Amino acid sequence: MTLGRNDEGVDLHDVNSLSGDEQTLAGISRHGRTRTAKAKELLVELWHDRAGFIGVCFLSMLVITAVFAPLVAPHNPRQQDLVNRLQPPVWSDGGDWSFPLGTDGLGRDVLSRLIFGSRVSIFVGLAVLAIAGLVGVILGVLAGYRGGFTDRFIMRLVDTQVAFPGLLIAILLAAMIGPSVRTVVIVLSINGWMIYARMARGVVLSVKETDYVEAAEIIGCKPNRVMWRHIFPNLAAPLTTLAVLEFARIVLAEAALSFLGVGVKRTDLSWGLDVASGQEQIFNSWWLVVMPGVLISLTVLSVSLVASWLRVVADPQEREKKYGATQIRRHIKDNG
Amino acid sequence: MDHLTIHFPVGRSRLLGRQQQVVHAVEDVSFSINRGETLGLAGESGSGKTTTGRAILRRIDPKRGTIRFRGRDITQSSGQALRHLRRHMQLVFQDPYASLNPRMNVLDLVAEPLIVHGIYNSTDDAREYVLELLEQCGLSADTADRFPHAFSGGQRQRIGIARAIGLRPEFIVADEPVSALDVSIRAQVVNLLQDLQDELGITYLFIAHDLSVVRHISNRVAIMYAGQIVEIADRDTIYERPLHPYTEALLSSIPVPNPQLQRDRRRIVLSGEIPDTLEPPSGCRFASRCPLVEERCHVEMPSLSPRSETHDAACWVR
Repeated sequence: MTLGRNDEGVDLHDVNSLSGDEQTLAGISRHGRTRTAKAKELLVELWHDRAGFIGVCFLSMLVITAVFAPLVAPHNPRQQDLVNRLQPPVWSDGGDWSFPLGTDGLGRDVLSRLIFGSRVSIFVGLAVLAIAGLVGVILGVLAGYRGGFTDRFIMRLVDTQVAFPGLLIAILLAAMIGPSVRTVVIVLSINGWMIYARMARGVVLSVKETDYVEAAEIIGCKPNRVMWRHIFPNLAAPLTTLAVLEFARIVLAEAALSFLGVGVKRTDLSWGLDVASGQEQIFNSWWLVVMPGVLISLTVLSVSLVASWLRVVADPQEREKKYGATQIRRHIKDNG
Repeated sequence: MDHLTIHFPVGRSRLLGRQQQVVHAVEDVSFSINRGETLGLAGESGSGKTTTGRAILRRIDPKRGTIRFRGRDITQSSGQALRHLRRHMQLVFQDPYASLNPRMNVLDLVAEPLIVHGIYNSTDDAREYVLELLEQCGLSADTADRFPHAFSGGQRQRIGIARAIGLRPEFIVADEPVSALDVSIRAQVVNLLQDLQDELGITYLFIAHDLSVVRHISNRVAIMYAGQIVEIADRDTIYERPLHPYTEALLSSIPVPNPQLQRDRRRIVLSGEIPDTLEPPSGCRFASRCPLVEERCHVEMPSLSPRSETHDAACWVR
């Protein structure tokens, strides 16, 4: 099986190197593709990468339920129902369909809480990722590319920030502006940008010395173009990997902060808060911790599946290796 | 190019007592290249060939000396002026595998200089011209949409050449353009460079350590040793009547395609090492390895002096 695939890979190169044979190539070559054609190709490749496809599906579902939470959720997530407190999920003894994932100590529906909680968790995760990632990458690329004083200044800033305990910032900020979603985003961003800066700087330093960057400079590219067009794309792979790991960390960090009372308000809804408050009853009502926990894991898993697909797509060589054979096969099928 | 001297500081100046050592990479090198000709620059590794080439393209700042291009002093050019200069002088790289961005397809790669210099607005506009360039360099039109990883070394070097000639430069530094290639491909690429020269009237500085290739393409040849030019002359003069003992030794290392002759040839095998470029000797840099060495060579540095109309050499003995 593996052998067969390899053969196809070799075929691809042979077919393509038959120069001037435009007829055979019509279906394969990327001759003047329009934007829609490119998007379509991307979707086809996503379909063929099953894992990535599942990840995208799960994430879209999550986003949709988060946006339409009031319509989707079976109950009001804050409504207490003391008669039905600590109901187990539907599949265990004593569970029933009115509370599919059970209820908590005050009789609130776990499923509805998860659906509403996803709003805060996803928002915090994405917002922190965007802010910390953007700031970190820009500073890191600048430090690496400019070098000299800029480099030293930025990296000392990073060192100082790393040495400063994140929890202290969290407590300080929470005391100053009060616990809220905004506070969590600010705290986690301040605490998280350095890792991006360090990684970006490292990659830039190594790529900066390559011949093709020198070639770009000799061609007459301005520094900005060299930086963003030739150096920046090399960050795609390590950056997506890092972002996935960070996303998981952020969702958990939000939980930890909320648990300590310096994150979102205790009356707010978030997965982390659910885990934290369910922890007291883990021995008699396991579902209070397990349900949000499973959801966090599934989300992180989906993000990482999508990220690994993105990484392949971002690298022309990997992309051709992975999808070239499928393209050929399709081409042969279409044209007999 | 006059009295070009390039020093590289090594080791950082320490906090206490600024001790800074300097690599004398290129020392007092002067030569000129006439329009439309090819100057071959040969010498062993570490002799400063590449550094010289990079300095001419203003990639490295010389410590002393001036670089003139079309009569204008470009030693201090920077920023916009330097970018404008890039239109007229380009580089062909040694390593065709590293010098093409693996994330850009051939069309983007070849079109980039054209877009950067505002000749075309977008890659799509430039397409026709790029295809023309590719064809000129012996590549078919369907290469344009593929990525560098799909090509062999020779093809990649052709892409690199297409990129270099897109701006119609008058001067190209070819930094060992064939040394990374398979022997069977070398002749093709060298011939391509020559054809382009005939067609477009490009001037080359051809850097190489392969003396046969240098002989094939050059009008004049300069030999470098330890950061200095020891001899510069017309191609035939230097290959048939070398003056400097280093040139002689270098030439004797070229194998002759005739076993009989090859066996009877006198090969000059040099012993010793290249002098330390951190502390170059005060006399002739070749003195420690020279078979003809005299007292004077250790004391005084010989300068490049004319021996005939087209032949300069730096040696006390000859």
